[in-house]
Parts: sequence; structure tokens; C-alpha cells
Amino acid sequence: MSGNGSRNGSTGTSTNASRGEESGLVRIPHEILAEAEQAGLEAEAKSRSATFFHLNQETVAAKVNELYEGKLEIMDVKAALRRYPWLSDYMWKIVSKDKDEFTKKVADEYSGGYFIRIMPGAEITFPLQSCLMITQRNLEQRIHNIIIAEEGSRAHIITSCLQHSSVANASHLGISEIYVKRNAMLNFTMIHHWSEETLVRPRSAAEIGDGATFVSNYVCVRPVRDVQMYPVAYCRGNDSRVSFNSILYGQRDSLLDIGSRAVLSGRGSRAEMVSRAIAREGSKMIIRGMIEGENPECRGHLECRGLLMDDRSFMQSIPELVATKKGVEITHEAAVGKVSEKEITYLMTRRLSRDQAVSLIIRGFMDVSILGLPEALNAEIKRIISTSAGAG
Amino acid sequence: MAMLEARDITVRVEGRLILKDLSFKLKEGTSHILFGPNGSGKTTLISALMGLPGYEILSGRMFLQGVDITEKGVDERARLGMAISFQNPPEITGVKLGDLLRLCLGKTEAEGFSAEERERIEAFRLTSFLDRDINVGFSGGERKRSEILQLLFLKPKVLLLDEPDSGVDVESLRMIAAEIQRYVESTGSSALIITHKGDILDHVKASYGCVLLDGQLHCFADPTSIYEDIKRLGYEECVACRRRTREGWK
Repeated sequence: MSGNGSRNGSTGTSTNASRGEESGLVRIPHEILAEAEQAGLEAEAKSRSATFFHLNQETVAAKVNELYEGKLEIMDVKAALRRYPWLSDYMWKIVSKDKDEFTKKVADEYSGGYFIRIMPGAEITFPLQSCLMITQRNLEQRIHNIIIAEEGSRAHIITSCLQHSSVANASHLGISEIYVKRNAMLNFTMIHHWSEETLVRPRSAAEIGDGATFVSNYVCVRPVRDVQMYPVAYCRGNDSRVSFNSILYGQRDSLLDIGSRAVLSGRGSRAEMVSRAIAREGSKMIIRGMIEGENPECRGHLECRGLLMDDRSFMQSIPELVATKKGVEITHEAAVGKVSEKEITYLMTRRLSRDQAVSLIIRGFMDVSILGLPEALNAEIKRIISTSAGAG
Repeated sequence: MAMLEARDITVRVEGRLILKDLSFKLKEGTSHILFGPNGSGKTTLISALMGLPGYEILSGRMFLQGVDITEKGVDERARLGMAISFQNPPEITGVKLGDLLRLCLGKTEAEGFSAEERERIEAFRLTSFLDRDINVGFSGGERKRSEILQLLFLKPKVLLLDEPDSGVDVESLRMIAAEIQRYVESTGSSALIITHKGDILDHVKASYGCVLLDGQLHCFADPTSIYEDIKRLGYEECVACRRRTREGWK
């Protein structure tokens, strides 16, 4: 069962929301929603096809926009397991319980998480949104999420993970298992908005079927104590595709160890990885990427670019390519450097001051168009980046 | 008063003296053509005039409409009305041509282009490039068109153009030259155009030309006649020419 309550002390922002699965965001205090909006949640949820909210150790909202009734399902994963006995087959299928101490902890006890299912052939034009938030001090939030994009479906999911700005110390352990079935397209964008005292350990995997496409975007532009993650995509289907894109801005002594791994076993499967990372103010960033080609007709490319803004920060780029069949074609390019003086001067000849030029280059570097999102989400994420990264 | 005046400037680049006691005055409302063999320092001259880093002014002064700009930085000179087009502009990831054009026009990111501005962009065949990262994957001609359009949108007093005629097709060259000509004439601004091969002379009205040799300007004359001589005799003859004059344009 979920640990319901505040065993570790609360900031006084706990809610009275019922555990009803159809509840929306109305019962969540305004002040909490306002914080979540900073991380991409649309509180009015008008242009979202579904909304999920897990606060501390409790799912407080899970609601499908009536326009999309019957096309998708969203509910707490524990409720979903009660409703659908078959769902247990999807739990711990592609993430191993025994992977590390964090997966073991979540396997031992977790408070919930989202179950999202996009029905066969459904085209969901509005994004689904989910929010996983911590408002309790010293909380160790343990989550298990499952997404199933059924055959031929198309959807965008935006998920915001955050900690209330007044809460100091906390950790978030999140398991996500994502299944993208035959000919489905799923674009999944995760925005992390932690605080300087948060320890974050997501453990995610995706399985991609024949002709299916999975796009995984990760945006982390706020300070965080320590994030380590290395999600993996198994392109098992023929002509399956995966893209991993990340925009990372390390500041104020943040430690980010972020990678992505693609295993290409399907015939004609493809992987593409693009990461842009900026390190400043003593942050330490390790950017990894691995493409494993296991099928002679698979292709992959990995691009990693980093900017180091000062001498106190650290950046390491570790691209890895593994081929086990003749015919595999996988490539990478990686570059770590400073903001180019030539680019700065060029923009200064266009009447920008030096500071304006650097800021424009940094904003450009964290170009949201690499995420392949609809225009509205692009604008939203652009806003988050420019306010959080202070690059405006 | 001259639009731009250089008075005895000596410029050093990476420890080497490139320009020595060089002087000239640019007139208002017209174009000036700067010839010179490869490596003679043409790009150094306009870079030093623009105040780009790495071009050290050891002595001499520069004046824009009588205001001494010798000590001013690149962005200050740009704001005072100096503008430069580059031969090899940098590629900047994620910075869109559209954003840069808006900046040149003094608009914010959110502001759109006016009908007239859109027309200019279209005339420069750059409409489909507005959402592209600046110079990334642009051909030589596309870079040239983008550079010149940015310059015109800046509405400068002085245009410093580095070989606008190299690497462009005839049609683009004609259009670029006509736009420069129109701008210079209608605004009373002043252009200094570097050309290596002289192609631009067929399309731009310029009464003033000179040759950069041995770090100094020579042969202030009608650019067409200079160009004819260069074509006929080559720059070697320029070097040997005894009739070299260092007096400025009349």
C-alpha cells in the first residue's frame, strides 16, 4: 500500500484531495499548482488530453479530458493493477528489480505512479500531462510508472517532476516502463525541476515494436543535487525507431550523470541521440550515450555537444558504440568547448553587447526544436529554459 | 566631412605588421572599391575598421563622421553605424536566421516582419531559411545573401563588404549589387567593397577605387580603369608600377 501521510514532516501543503481516480486538479492548493506550472504543468488542463498528479506519496488527480474519453486511460498504477490483472506482466518486465539499490527499494515499497494507456489507433492531438511532486521534507518518493502506447496510436506526453521550492532535502526514485507497440508513435518529454538538495534516480526502459517510434526528451535546467540516469530503449521491432534528446543546464554545483542507451535488435531499427549540455558554477556533468547494434541492418547516430562556462565546472562526454553484426552502421560526434569568440564577435557586429551575444548563443544551444514537439509545447519549454537557466 | 576617415593607421595581426600608416577618406552616398592581391591585407583593413578582436591598432586614428572611434569596441562601432559582411561567417547552432534579422532590425524576438521586410527577405530568396540555424548548411551564395540582407537591415552609415561577389551566381550578384547601390544612394551612406575579381563593378556604380599593396593604399582612381589594368597586366604590374600615387580620392 502507499504510505499515505507525512511521516517525515510536512511543509503544511498537504491536500485533502480524495483518492478518486477521476478527480482533476481542482482540489490541489493553488500555491502547489503554481509551482508545478513552473515545470510545465497546465493547471487548467484545457489543452491537455489527460492529467495525472502524484503528490508526495499519493495520487491526487487522474483525469481524462472528456474530448478523449475512450481513446486513452490514465490512473494510478496500483488502481490499474487491480482493474487489469494482465498489467502485472508489464511490471518489472524491462527494468530489473535487482538492477541496483534504488530499483530494489521501489520493488520493496512504492506509493504509486501513473498508468497511461493510449488505445489502439487513437490519435491524441493534445498532450497528456503528468506531474510528480514532492512537498515533504526528507521524503523518499518511490514511483512506478507504466505507459502502453497501443498499436497505431499517436501521442505526446509531458511529465514534470519537481520539488517544492521551500522543501530542502528529498529524493525521488522513479521506475518507468514504456511499451510502444506496432506502428505507434510516442513522444515523451520529461522536465526535471528539482532543488539543490534533491537526489534523483530515475530508472527507465522502453520497448519499441515493429514500425513504432519512441521519442524521449529530457530537459533539466534547474539546479539539482544529484541526478543519475541511463534510460534504455530496446528497438526490438523491425523498422523501430528511437530518439533520445536532452537539454541539460548544470549550475550551482549540480551533479548530472545522464546517459541514454539504445539496443538495436530489430531489422532496420534506428537510433538517434542528441544532447546539449552546459556546465557552470561548479557543476559536474557526465554525458553518456551508447548505441548497440545487434542487427546487420540497423543504423544509429549519437551527437553530444557541451559548453563549459568556467574553470570550476567539469564536463565529460562518453559516447560508446557497440556492434555485434557485420553491416551495423553507427556513428557519433562529440564536442566539448567554450562559447566561441568568433560567434560572439559576429553577433556584436550586429549590435549585441557581449553579454547579449553570449546569452543568445546559449539559448540557441539549448534549442528546443531538437525535441520535435508541437509548437505549443515548444513555446512552453522555451519559457521554462529561459526562466530557469537565466539565459534570457 | 568624410563619412569615414582613417589617418595613418598601422595594424598588427598575430605579431605581423599588415597595414602601415594607411590613410583614406570615404565619401557619402557612394561606393568605394578596394582591390588587392591575395594576402595584401584587404580583410585586415575592414576588420580593423570594424574593431574586430585580434586586429591591433598600433598607431593612427579612425573617425566616423568626425567622431574618433579608435578606442571603441565592436558593438559600440556597430551601434554608431558601422557594419561589416563576412567572407566566412560562423555557424551558430540554434540561432535562427529569422532571429538574427529581427535583431538587426532592432525588433524583439516576438515581433514579426513588416510586409516590406518580408518582401526584402523574399527578394534575397531567404524566406525558407528563416527557421534555419544561421549559416549551418548554407551554400556560399546563401551566406552572401544572408550577410548582405543583415547589413541592409542594420541600416548602417558605413558598409564594409568583404568580397560580396565571390562564390555567387550572376543573378544573385546582380540583385545584391542593385540592393547595395539603392541603399547607398538613397541613404547617403558609404560603402567600402573588397573585390578580388572585380565582378561587382558590372553592377554597382562606383567612382572611387584603390589598390592595397605592401600595407598601403595606392592608385586612387576610377575603379573600372584600375580593374582594366589589373586584368591586362596583373597585380605584379601594380607592384612594379612607378606611377603609384598615395594621394586620396579627389
